[in-house]
Amino acid sequence: MKRPDQFPLAVRYGLIAVIVGGLALLFLAVASGFGQRVVTAQEFVNFQEGGNPHQGFRRAHAKGFCIAGEFIASNHVGAYTTAAVFNQRSTPFTGRISTGGGNPTAPDLASSVRSLALSFNPGTRDAWHTAMNTPPVMPVRTPEDFYAFAQVFAPDPETGQQNPERIGAFLAAHPETQAVREWQASYTPTGSFATETYNSINAFYLVDNERNKRAIRWSAKPSARAVAGSVIELTDDPNALRNEFMARLEHGPIVFDMIFTFANDSDDETDPTVLWGDDREQRLAGIIMVHRATPEADGNCDAINFDPLILPRGMAPTDDKILRARSAAYAESYRRRARENLMNARGEGSQ
Amino acid sequence: MSTHNYHLAARIMHWSMALLILSMLFAGLAMVQSLEPWHLTFLQLHKSFGVVALLAVIARVVVRLRFTPPPLPSSVPVLQQKIAKFSHMLLYLAMFAMPLSGYLMQSAAGRPVVVFDLFALPQILPQNLALYGFLREFHGWVAWAFIALILVHIGAALHHGLIKRDGVLQQMLGSKPKD
Repeated sequence: MKRPDQFPLAVRYGLIAVIVGGLALLFLAVASGFGQRVVTAQEFVNFQEGGNPHQGFRRAHAKGFCIAGEFIASNHVGAYTTAAVFNQRSTPFTGRISTGGGNPTAPDLASSVRSLALSFNPGTRDAWHTAMNTPPVMPVRTPEDFYAFAQVFAPDPETGQQNPERIGAFLAAHPETQAVREWQASYTPTGSFATETYNSINAFYLVDNERNKRAIRWSAKPSARAVAGSVIELTDDPNALRNEFMARLEHGPIVFDMIFTFANDSDDETDPTVLWGDDREQRLAGIIMVHRATPEADGNCDAINFDPLILPRGMAPTDDKILRARSAAYAESYRRRARENLMNARGEGSQ
Repeated sequence: MSTHNYHLAARIMHWSMALLILSMLFAGLAMVQSLEPWHLTFLQLHKSFGVVALLAVIARVVVRLRFTPPPLPSSVPVLQQKIAKFSHMLLYLAMFAMPLSGYLMQSAAGRPVVVFDLFALPQILPQNLALYGFLREFHGWVAWAFIALILVHIGAALHHGLIKRDGVLQQMLGSKPKD
């Protein structure tokens, strides 16, 4: 058998073209999504931002403000996790309270979803980000179903209205949406960001010092001492809820109880569509004390990507497909607004 | 003892880093798009092996300085020799720029770089969105420049090996007989 360098000249040139060209094509193919089985992070964020993105802002939960405070551990969960946050008395955090949607100027009261996101120990092995929302469960179990769900509920571009037939067909084909629909039917937004319950939605593992894992979900519940209703009248000011939160802070810190709900033996921690009822074991992990709130433009939370897969030692992600998808989607949104920020293109709506 | 091959240490560094770098480039391009469960695992490995790649290129520079590379044959014109040297310098620059920009961009985002679940690199930049924006795009630009350089490098090596048959490719394969 001849060695390749003994082949006829044309074949030798051809060989070079095939190797170099083939490798170049492979790079281009992988970069343009070849081999990606489901919707990509880019396609997802393209859909989120629509045709006319708000430059410089988060593609989801665009409207929000910064908070700062401390987490005070309870010593009721330290045996289940080595995480520093739950084993030391107090850990400072930077956070953000926001409303759902991609419009950074939308009125606070128009949004159906409210969120509380916290960042602890940035840049270290004990870094922990959590992004909690008012709904306790997800409508579906996979990123491709979530993409389809979001598209079905989006207003028709021609009529500007939702299409009830498509929605009905989707819901019929996806019975797992039942828990979130029941929650929606029973949920009434409160008069304050301080009196909402915010949920991790996805489940995570606590890991103890013998590497034992326990699946949990958590929620931030308003302190029993929180004044119900609103402390000031909610006007038609687009920042009505932010103003209310700041008015509350003048009377002292705003407190949430962080409650861990432990999975039952029959619970599937990879399924974010099933509600874990109150008959599960619950423990108070600590309290979230918000001391300060600042408009986003003056605060220091804008640089934070509240990717819930940034987990400290002592916590681990489950194989929940929705949870696993959040990281790449958050990163793409973060990359786009960081690039726009670099180009100084932060558009209307900065406040 | 003089040899016309690259020193064994240089060849080991070259081929192992070639494998590492190609894997890292493909993994990086794929993982930034993927919403699938393996994304997190890829991300953690990408960061860990990025640190390995940074240590490896430092070691490689030491090897390069310690063992003089074999000269190009005199049949290669002087200008082409200079271009070859320059392209190698750019490859070294890219080998440093990739892991360094990766580390710095994570730092600007306040995200830890945890190496094989053992330790985290120190946070060396303030959390800053515009700074992250620059470093994140830089990481991407350098990746594509690196890919272009690698393709030229492979093309040139194959040109020496298959067309000119002047022994240059064999110097790195370790199969060039002594003259």
